[in-house]
Amino acid sequence: MNAAANPADIMPTWPEGGVSRVPYRLFSDNGVYALEQERLFRGPVWNYLCLELEVAEPGDFRTAFIGETPVVVARDGNGELRGMVNRCAHKGALVCLAERGNRKHFSCIYHSWTYHLDGRLRGVAFRGGLKGKGGMPEDFDPARHRMQPIRVEVFCGLVFGTFESDMPPVEEWVGPTMAHFLKRNLGSRPLKVLGTHSQIIHNNWKLYAENVRDSYHATLLHTFYTTFKVNRLDMDGGILLSEGTPWHHISYAKRATLEEAAEYKDANVHSASYDSKLNGPALLKTEDEFDDGITHSVQSIFPTLAVHFTLNSLCVRNFVPRGLEETELVWTYLGYADDSEEMTAMRVLQANLTGAAGLVSLEDGCINEFVQRGTRGSGDAAAVLEMGGRGLESSESSRATEVSIRGFWSGYRGLMGYA
Amino acid sequence: MIGAETRQRIEDFLLDCAWTIDEDDLEAWPGFFAEDGRYRITTRDNEERGLPVGIMLCEGRGMLEDRVLALRTANIFEPHRYRHILGRPRLRESEDGLIRSDSSFIVMRTMQDGRMDLFAAGNYRDLLRVEDGQVMFQERAAVLESRRVDVLIVIPI
Ligand code: FES
Ligand SMILES: [Fe+2]
Repeated sequence: MNAAANPADIMPTWPEGGVSRVPYRLFSDNGVYALEQERLFRGPVWNYLCLELEVAEPGDFRTAFIGETPVVVARDGNGELRGMVNRCAHKGALVCLAERGNRKHFSCIYHSWTYHLDGRLRGVAFRGGLKGKGGMPEDFDPARHRMQPIRVEVFCGLVFGTFESDMPPVEEWVGPTMAHFLKRNLGSRPLKVLGTHSQIIHNNWKLYAENVRDSYHATLLHTFYTTFKVNRLDMDGGILLSEGTPWHHISYAKRATLEEAAEYKDANVHSASYDSKLNGPALLKTEDEFDDGITHSVQSIFPTLAVHFTLNSLCVRNFVPRGLEETELVWTYLGYADDSEEMTAMRVLQANLTGAAGLVSLEDGCINEFVQRGTRGSGDAAAVLEMGGRGLESSESSRATEVSIRGFWSGYRGLMGYA
Repeated sequence: MIGAETRQRIEDFLLDCAWTIDEDDLEAWPGFFAEDGRYRITTRDNEERGLPVGIMLCEGRGMLEDRVLALRTANIFEPHRYRHILGRPRLRESEDGLIRSDSSFIVMRTMQDGRMDLFAAGNYRDLLRVEDGQVMFQERAAVLESRRVDVLIVIPI
């Protein structure tokens, strides 16, 4: 192993306190960022790539990213789903420029090398030279050159990819609690896309990974939530961490069980002070779709996927690192293929709650940047994550806890070589 | 046939609306819409694929007012202001006596510390109602060229 790849030389010393402390340097160190690409994204994890419905037909392809590495998912002529690095085996140009499309085969525009939909090299332009001159050596073997394959697998309509050959199936990897909830939200009925957009947030990707697990902030920063009683910490709800792999989580609430907790009024919490009725109440018109009483949930799947189901608004969020201090947060809003028009209309209106202009999420566009900016020049300082204790136990009765963030860091520490 | 006088009224109306936003007179902004008017922010990509969920959707003036109220009292963000630059509208008669207007816009955003960026560019796809010389939006869709929003949108485009 060369020196640059030795985590001990790159990663900061973790302070005392284990996952209840997080060194700020992890968010602004180029060496850490580069090592994450190798150890974490190209390591033993399943990365979310796209929806299965985006690559439904033979020839369909969709480009995506594993960390910063560009990849392609394609359905080949036999209907098999294939994954490969989006990099030409000749000189490394991107092979697929479009985000999505349908092709019989891939063709690199630089020197016209062509590939089968599974990434095997199909043809080399001018391989035999021109007029008997030039061309590839006699012993050039196309079978030895191809787009680098990656493993892909579908679970609940989501396509995941990994560089690791020795990974358990996605369902096993996420664990039974996570798998059950993904099936509830995404696996029970065919999906359809209702719309998509993305948001550039000026922070390291891990700050968003923390933020999406941060059930402590949700009702304090996002004050629209509390006021209109969509989700408050005094609603019946809790946090579930995945069995044995607490870096995936579910945070849920049940709207019907709201009881006014005195702490909201007594603490003079900012979010309780905005006390207005909606002039356009149709925004929050909602219909119960499940019999478990859960009306609001956010589920994270390590490293860069989250799925939320807020009232009737179902959305897949994928946060893609675009550099040390930049992340693209892609929102893909979903419905079920057999939704009634009324249900679609509700999902469409409730999409106002989230996204780049989300009434209860827009603050996240800037809050992580505030941490990024606030931690510059912080030396060896570290964040304190002791809300709800210092451990990694699921919290089935309270969301006033940072346990899911500690869970994220336990997974991170393992992958990045901390004991 | 859209007469010169009507065109003049429409151009002034579109300019006034942009000015209202840029001068932070947002409480007056819902008044540019019909009572049952519709306002959307979406992307060219969503429009071309016929997808109904964009970035913001208000159905009826009440929801526009809620957006302004939320911005003033609930939402938290780094203070910033817009400056709109509008192109001349392309006008066509539409159904039900409405006028369809398309006009290009760019929005410059200036943060509290002076950072200034090109925040948005796109097309306003408007359906205008003109009654007794009064213009109002029956529908306004700010269709952004890019699917990527920098940081967040809280002030309407
Ligand atoms: S880089 Fe692709 S053909 Fe040369
Ligand atoms: Fe948030």
